[in-house]
Amino acid sequence: MASLNDFLFVSGLLFAIGLAGVMIRRNIIVIFMCLEMMLAAANITLVAFSRFNVSENGLPDYDGQLLVFFIITVAAAEVAVGLAIIVALYRARQTINVEDLTSMRG
Amino acid sequence: MENLAWLLLALPLLSAATIHLGLKRLQTVSALVSTAVAGVILAVTIILIGSETEDLAFSWASVPGLDLEIGLKLDSFAKNMMLVVTGVGFLVHLFSLAYMKDDSAKARYFGALSLFMFSMTGIVLASNFIMMFIFWELVGLSSYLLIGHWYEKDSAADAAKKAFLTNRIGDFGFMIGILMLWGITGALSFDGISEFFAATPEYSAFFVGTAVLCVFAGAMGKSAQAPLHVWLPDAMEGPTPVSALIHAATMVAAGVFMMARLSLSIGTETIEALWGVNTIAWIGGITSLLAALMATQQDDIKKILAYSTLSQLGYMVMAVGLLNPEAGMFHLFTHAWFKALLFLGSGAVIYACHHEQNIWKMGGLKGKMPITTITFFIGTLALCGFPLTAGFFSKEGILEAALHTNKALFSIAALVACLTTFYMFRLFFIAFLGKNRSKNADHAKEVGILMLIPLIVLTVMAVISGWNPIGEKLSPLHKAFILHLDSPAFYASIGSFIIGFLIAFKLYFNAESDPLADNGVAKVFRNKFYVDEFYAKLVGYAQDGVAAVIHFIDELVIGGLLVGGLSRAAGGVGRLFTRMQSGNLQGYAGLFALGVILVIYLTVFV
Repeated sequence: MASLNDFLFVSGLLFAIGLAGVMIRRNIIVIFMCLEMMLAAANITLVAFSRFNVSENGLPDYDGQLLVFFIITVAAAEVAVGLAIIVALYRARQTINVEDLTSMRG
Repeated sequence: MENLAWLLLALPLLSAATIHLGLKRLQTVSALVSTAVAGVILAVTIILIGSETEDLAFSWASVPGLDLEIGLKLDSFAKNMMLVVTGVGFLVHLFSLAYMKDDSAKARYFGALSLFMFSMTGIVLASNFIMMFIFWELVGLSSYLLIGHWYEKDSAADAAKKAFLTNRIGDFGFMIGILMLWGITGALSFDGISEFFAATPEYSAFFVGTAVLCVFAGAMGKSAQAPLHVWLPDAMEGPTPVSALIHAATMVAAGVFMMARLSLSIGTETIEALWGVNTIAWIGGITSLLAALMATQQDDIKKILAYSTLSQLGYMVMAVGLLNPEAGMFHLFTHAWFKALLFLGSGAVIYACHHEQNIWKMGGLKGKMPITTITFFIGTLALCGFPLTAGFFSKEGILEAALHTNKALFSIAALVACLTTFYMFRLFFIAFLGKNRSKNADHAKEVGILMLIPLIVLTVMAVISGWNPIGEKLSPLHKAFILHLDSPAFYASIGSFIIGFLIAFKLYFNAESDPLADNGVAKVFRNKFYVDEFYAKLVGYAQDGVAAVIHFIDELVIGGLLVGGLSRAAGGVGRLFTRMQSGNLQGYAGLFALGVILVIYLTVFV
């Protein structure tokens, strides 16, 4: 059976890929997906910690897994809002390239 | 009996307050209230002089090491001085009733006059220096208000300001002097100071001398001694009765009074040993000479009298400086009557000539205003020291004092006596004799009875106030006149009168215009030795210099570094932060990630 470290390694890898995607990619939809990947990495960590934190009566600590459900729910809502914003943005600007979206420059 | 003395302070204050707060609309009522109060305090003063009195005092403010009291010093010195103040004051009030009859701000005028009576009483009766200083400032205020009574005229407003500012210079010295005396003797009251010096303590003659000179600076301001004399001639912008009361008889004499009070407290022997006492006498002598020279070429009747006042004040200061305050106060006493007479006489003339003040536009008033002319003539004689008038006796006293102590000052005093006769008879010949030289003078009529009564009473006083029983009993320091028929002072006095009269007669009797008008020296006198111009330049340059420095500091330090620097710093920091607002989404995300890493590092590893 895989150890906690293995799970954390995968999670870290996933998070790093997501962060790199957010930093590097120009397509806002890809950036958005990378963000989701980072959330998924966090979820994996939570589940892993939950699974390996066994209490005295032999049951794992379910708090972590409970939190994961919340995150998934909130992420779903966030995706709905986020995609709606991206659609609106595309209609306004005819582009989804973040390098063209610099009207907030000071 | 002495409790009556509080009335002297309370009544004028009450009158001033009532007029200012309530009676302003009722012009005539205000005038009558103020005059009635002046009459009552004259009566109170006479009662007090006739009775034995003790000093009054109550504690005002007391902290460890300093006990301030409001006290009335009712010795005969103060009481007799009060007679001058209330006597001349009452007559001036009476005169003002007629003179200011048609003034639109009569209530304000009489309110300020009452305020002046209150403050002057305070100076005369004060038992300590702090109280005297407070009232000293109050007379300055009332003088300011009265000089600027016709404030719509720029010249009056400027003159009021000038008087106030010039006095401020002197008062600054006065305050330092008071504090120094307090530091040396530990006392503020005159009694305390005289106790200290009576006990023959160890003290530094230098410091006491400096303190006395500082206090004298106050007297220089108030009594208009050179070089602070410039305000007094300008003060003639005020109504003429005010000039008579404040700028001839009482307030300007306050400096002399205060110096006499001080030298009585310290003791003449002690003062004699001090540093710099001669300065006082010399300033007095020089002032009297300069003022007399300036008076010889003035054309404004009030200006002539103003310079003559300066010159006579110089006499008094000289006497005090020569350690003969008795002679100085005797001259103050007689001078108050005859100079008030001359000023009120000039007031009557100005009133009759429809506010014409130039003597060359008068002339021939003798026939039109006989009573005024006679009273003015007697006042002139008294001022010139004609034998048997009051001025003769008191001037003689000062000449005598100078003769025995300082020959140089004696010759100056004799020369001034000669000049006095010269310019007064010049005034008299031009304004009252000869022909009418203008329509205003042609229409002049004798003034009303209300103006004549003060003139006549003052004429009587101008003659008899020097005679022995009166002068001895009522002059503030009980100076009895003794005639030295064999003394050079006597001959100097008579001789200078005759010389001055003859020159004036030769030059100005029946003159149509000033024969000295084109003379270069006379021009310098006419322009008052250019002192005013010099001060204007001096103040101008000093002000410009200070202003340049301040401008530099303002521009560079305040504008450049403080205000401008702060705004530039804020702007710079702001520009730095706008760099971060790149609008680049990924840049934000990177910074965010760096922040998270930093937080993790700080929480976990530090």
